[in-house]
Amino acid sequence: MPDDIHSGADSVNPFALRQPMDLDNAKLPRGQVHIIPERCKGCDYCIVFCPKDVLVNAKAINAKGYHYPVVADGKENECVHCRFCDLICPEMAIYTEDLSGTEETE
Amino acid sequence: MSAVAAQKEKVVAGHPIDQMLRHDRLPHILCPGCGIGPVVHCYAESILESGRHEDEHVCVSGIGCSGRAAGYINVDSYHTTHGRAIPFALGIAVQNPELVVTVISGDGDLTAIGGNHFIHAARRNVDLNIICINNFNYGMTGGQAAPTTPTGATASTTPYGNTEPAFNLSYLARAVGASFVARWSIFHVRQLKEAILRTMEIRGFTFIEVLSPCPTGFGRANKLSRGLSMMEAFRDRCQVENGAPQIGPLTVDITDTSKPIVLGNFLDEEREPYGPVVMGPVTKRGPAEWAAVRKTRYDDERHA
Repeated sequence: MPDDIHSGADSVNPFALRQPMDLDNAKLPRGQVHIIPERCKGCDYCIVFCPKDVLVNAKAINAKGYHYPVVADGKENECVHCRFCDLICPEMAIYTEDLSGTEETE
Repeated sequence: MSAVAAQKEKVVAGHPIDQMLRHDRLPHILCPGCGIGPVVHCYAESILESGRHEDEHVCVSGIGCSGRAAGYINVDSYHTTHGRAIPFALGIAVQNPELVVTVISGDGDLTAIGGNHFIHAARRNVDLNIICINNFNYGMTGGQAAPTTPTGATASTTPYGNTEPAFNLSYLARAVGASFVARWSIFHVRQLKEAILRTMEIRGFTFIEVLSPCPTGFGRANKLSRGLSMMEAFRDRCQVENGAPQIGPLTVDITDTSKPIVLGNFLDEEREPYGPVVMGPVTKRGPAEWAAVRKTRYDDERHA
């Protein structure tokens, strides 16, 4: 495993710690989560495999008795529109919309 | 500069991919955590991105859980008899070579009941795209052991553990002459979609094996009773080896946690697909005439 690279100061390669040159200008994409609660069957794939842990189980249930996903409190602006929840959802019950193109000017 | 504040989740009534689905039939009948939904989604998105009109796509499927796929995709589709998805699709593909014919079916339907159709379609290199959803058992009929059930795994017909070795479907497809062979899992949806898009470009017999969770049929008997546990196995144990020269040892054993599961686009070698046979009028020919016919035919092929 590459953990030993970071384990001791002697073995740190300074070139491995460079930062991207455009880090200051880089913008994360932003996404808006859309959910179709009545299709959800509660498999939890979207909740577990979201790379930003945006989703949690709802307290409410749908007509079939499943806890559908909702955006966690305080994570409203965390979605990066990677579309993994969209592709992996077996029920076509969740998708994200790209918000990057709809930016307000300051 | 700040982006528009995203709200919490928006509750909506439909999905953008519903345009390619018979969405009045959703939610589908499949179990929670089933892998057929993502395959249908990837296939539907691939149709939209393939650059071909949706009327040029045909979806054929056999019997089983994955046979339902043709019922949910809103392109021309056939739900055929058990194991015979490839013969139906072969007829469509040979009669109208302009169509992109995709067979979405299960491991039992394609390689057990329809095993001979599979190997001979691959041998002839018929222009078909096969998406084989491998869930390691016969799911719809109650979790019986299939040719893909790993050795030692429990199924409803093997309560003391399966004693037979499992089929290596990618190896089989490669050995019998497929033009494109890939194996992905439901966790690797992006790679799966790219592979499906690639098979739509290739003329010839292409094969994608998709490892799928089956929480109800296979999982309950093998301590993988949530789809999530099998998905985590895919996430933790899968290794990608694109173009692996030796697929033979790369069997899939989902129950043996000590072994990795090797995925990848194993083979991509386009070759001449099978075409309709041109039949001439029936005439009586002697050996000399037949020799002349053979000579022209082979010369035509050689200089084509």
